[in-house]
Amino acid sequence: MQYSKDMFEFIPKEEKNYNRVVRPSLTYGQDVWRMLRKNKLAMGGLVFLIIIVLAAIFGPMLSKYSYTAQNLDFADIGPSAQHWFGTDKFGRDLFVRVLEGARISLTIGFVASALSVFIGILYGGISGYFGGTVDNIMMRIVEAIYAIPMTIYVILIMVVLRGGLNSIIIALTISFWVTMARIVRGQIMSLKEQEFVLAAKTIGASPLRIILKHLIPNCLGPIIVTLTLSVPDAIFQEAFLSFIGLGIAPPLASWGSLASDALGGYQLYPYQLVFPALAISLTMLAFNLLGDGLTYALDPKTRR
Amino acid sequence: MEEKDTLIEVKNLSKFFDVNKGMFAKKKSYVKAVDDVSFIIKKGETLGIVGESGCGKTTMGRTLLKLYEPTAGEIIYNGKDIANLKNNDMLPYRRKMQMIFQDPYASLNSRMSIGDIIAEPIEIHKLMNKIERLERVRYLLNKVGLNPEDVRRYPHEFSGGQRQRIGIARALAVQPEFIVCDEPISALDVSIQAQVVNMLEDLQDDLGLTYLFIAHDLSMVKHISNKIGVMYLGKLVEIAESNELYKNPLHPYTKALLSAIPVPDPDMALQNKRIMLEGEIPSPIDPPEGCRFRGRCKYAMPKCAEAQPELKDMGGEHKVACFLY
Amino acid sequence: MEKLLQINNIHTSFQTHAGEVQAVRGVSIDLYKGEAVGIVGESGSGKSITMMTLMRLLDNNGEIKEGEILFEGKDLVKLSEKEMEGIRGNDIGMIFQDPMTSLNPVLTIGDQISEPLIKHGKMSRSEVRKKVIDMLELVGISSPEKRMKQYPHEFSGGMRQRVMIAMALICQPKLLIADEPTTALDVTIQAQILELMKDLKEKLNMSIIIITHDLGVVANLCTRINVMYGGIVVESGKAREIFYNANHPYTWGLLRSIPNPKLDTKERLIPIQGTPPDLLKPPVGCPFAERCDWAMKICFDNMPENYNISEDHYSACWLNHPDAPKVNRNDDGRDN
Repeated sequence: MQYSKDMFEFIPKEEKNYNRVVRPSLTYGQDVWRMLRKNKLAMGGLVFLIIIVLAAIFGPMLSKYSYTAQNLDFADIGPSAQHWFGTDKFGRDLFVRVLEGARISLTIGFVASALSVFIGILYGGISGYFGGTVDNIMMRIVEAIYAIPMTIYVILIMVVLRGGLNSIIIALTISFWVTMARIVRGQIMSLKEQEFVLAAKTIGASPLRIILKHLIPNCLGPIIVTLTLSVPDAIFQEAFLSFIGLGIAPPLASWGSLASDALGGYQLYPYQLVFPALAISLTMLAFNLLGDGLTYALDPKTRR
Repeated sequence: MEEKDTLIEVKNLSKFFDVNKGMFAKKKSYVKAVDDVSFIIKKGETLGIVGESGCGKTTMGRTLLKLYEPTAGEIIYNGKDIANLKNNDMLPYRRKMQMIFQDPYASLNSRMSIGDIIAEPIEIHKLMNKIERLERVRYLLNKVGLNPEDVRRYPHEFSGGQRQRIGIARALAVQPEFIVCDEPISALDVSIQAQVVNMLEDLQDDLGLTYLFIAHDLSMVKHISNKIGVMYLGKLVEIAESNELYKNPLHPYTKALLSAIPVPDPDMALQNKRIMLEGEIPSPIDPPEGCRFRGRCKYAMPKCAEAQPELKDMGGEHKVACFLY
Repeated sequence: MEKLLQINNIHTSFQTHAGEVQAVRGVSIDLYKGEAVGIVGESGSGKSITMMTLMRLLDNNGEIKEGEILFEGKDLVKLSEKEMEGIRGNDIGMIFQDPMTSLNPVLTIGDQISEPLIKHGKMSRSEVRKKVIDMLELVGISSPEKRMKQYPHEFSGGMRQRVMIAMALICQPKLLIADEPTTALDVTIQAQILELMKDLKEKLNMSIIIITHDLGVVANLCTRINVMYGGIVVESGKAREIFYNANHPYTWGLLRSIPNPKLDTKERLIPIQGTPPDLLKPPVGCPFAERCDWAMKICFDNMPENYNISEDHYSACWLNHPDAPKVNRNDDGRDN
């Protein structure tokens, strides 16, 4: 093939391209979101949760019924156009009561999880970073707590603290932080030998700075996943407690207490039990699907 | 020729790791990672340290910076022994003594922007306000050949060679005097290695830095170092000026090491008579009595099993630890 | 000399979420019986992928888009997986870079070395055992009867690499492919392994392809060298030709950027500025053009033709075109 002579002229080299950035900037968050989006089940779970939360916040305001309003003339009516979920034995609209229950159950779930995560991170962080004797003692304590089935001492704590919203949150927090502490400690122990941690020491960073700025942010993956999976656990525990009468007291309603109330008459009025039970099950399922999806999306090994 | 000042003097430095942990271990077993090592580095010089797995060179670099507590010995920096300083008192020295690491992917915190990474030392030492810090970071990025506009970007957006430059910029942030370079180019492609080495040399001339250059690539070490020390199983077996070491190696291990380098030159490769070392590198846990190298040494004598040879001055700053001399 | 292997114009790509990565873009390599050939290149050059293509060991998202690989009259690209299994470990052996992760930690060394034999041959137990012991001796592992009952973690890095070599050679393949076999090893151990490979090549009349970035290794072991960059072979020829009479600017750049310890005076290293090309959007013309000190207009627009410099010496560079200006490789700038 013939080429014209001017094709053989030198092109002056331009320096500008030499240190161009190699990859387009996808932040960590964007990358995780992209992977999560591909997982239909996880997205389904996320959508469901968003709906439930919005319904819990705005639903009761929009309904014409209040959750306490009793109307004995309309007691124990099945689902109808007027009462979507029917009514309970006091004629209270069940739909609104389930939404109120959502408020309580979700609040307990989120707050207890968040608090336990916070405590767990600090405890696990300190134990993992310092290692040695400190770690030994701290982990023995954790193991002692872990050995006792959660339900047993939640019940014990509730008996001592005597029911009520705050008590439940405290009880659940106390039983959940242990798991988070262990996970965080494990992550930190494997991270602390990495070179960027050594580099931080070389430039004079204090242990606190290293834990907060360097180690914990790199553990976010497992932390987020554990957090996501703690919430349904907390909701379930609360439901159980309320179910056995140790939880929420009337007129406040949580899904568990609704289910408990419905027990007596469930053969005649099964819907009174079905709706709260469905609410618990679907919400837990949604969190678990989301949590699974996040586990995969956050796993550094599955990313390029 | 002006006599340079000594910046660092290391005397009988040792670092042992306890192998049998636990409360019930009867016999204590040690990895003698660094054993009675002594040397001097003058201001503005580069001392290269070479050796194979288990020789202790990385441990020594880290112990020098007090990332590990020395088991014994002195580290005299500018006349002051820092070996026994507590962590709190080390802070001013952490300004003057810095480190560059091997793995460009693991040595930067992937959650921090490169601007924050480079600015962190300045922040820790409380040297400048926010605006001045940003200026300094941009200046440093320029100095290592990166684009100052990239301050907000994250490590994963850069290549291995570029990340290594970011690590260097971080090390330079607070105007150090001494930098330990721990295998800074091993993980990089060949054509990028030369870029980084040239930059390190230029920075040394420009800022009057002193380097401890730890590597296993003997050719690169010879290129960048004034003096080279050879380590084997925790001991410093020979130390000499670079050209002298290559032309006139004295220790049997040094001779074998040098002849093992594959020279990138087919004709020379044919001429090279390899000195083959038999056997494997022994484990550094509870090493045998006497000279550590005698198990693989052609010239081993009965004397070698009885005591460890000391570093002996052979003239012209060439020292070797071997009973042959 | 008889030709053992002919790789013809292979194109291999990977489908990723970001698009198609063209890892190998028209590679042709020859190999004769009993010779050692080196493939030199940096990360992203496509050297490892070329060998994985040959062995048909590509990941699920990898695809051979074009080309053929002729081995003993058969086109390896067209063989079925079953037919390839009959070739791997039998006619072609392969050893990988990291001996730590290439061995199964829960099987004894003896079991792992026997595996190719049992799969490909029909031998009795005692015959297999004898062959394993012979091979362990051949690769320089002492007390083979005792050591074959041991597990990988009881061996050091160099020893494990010898075990890998034993495994690759047990069926006496005609071709051994070694992908960065000594990069993870210490220098003195590396020397031992290279000597071993030279030795085995003679004893077993075997061909070797060695993939590496280390120019020292190829200078010591290989008769012919292929230099790869950006998915293509930019230069190939006898070892002496490549080192003393290099034609391609990339090869010049490589040779200038490594220190030669035998030299007395310290010379400044001359690095190749810039970074390797992005194979997601590979350049239309020569992949090295943007880093090349002598790039011309034609280099950016057209992929260079392969010029025959001398016997067996080929270079894919437009500077060899009769109309191109003559350049002096020792210039730091250009030669206008």
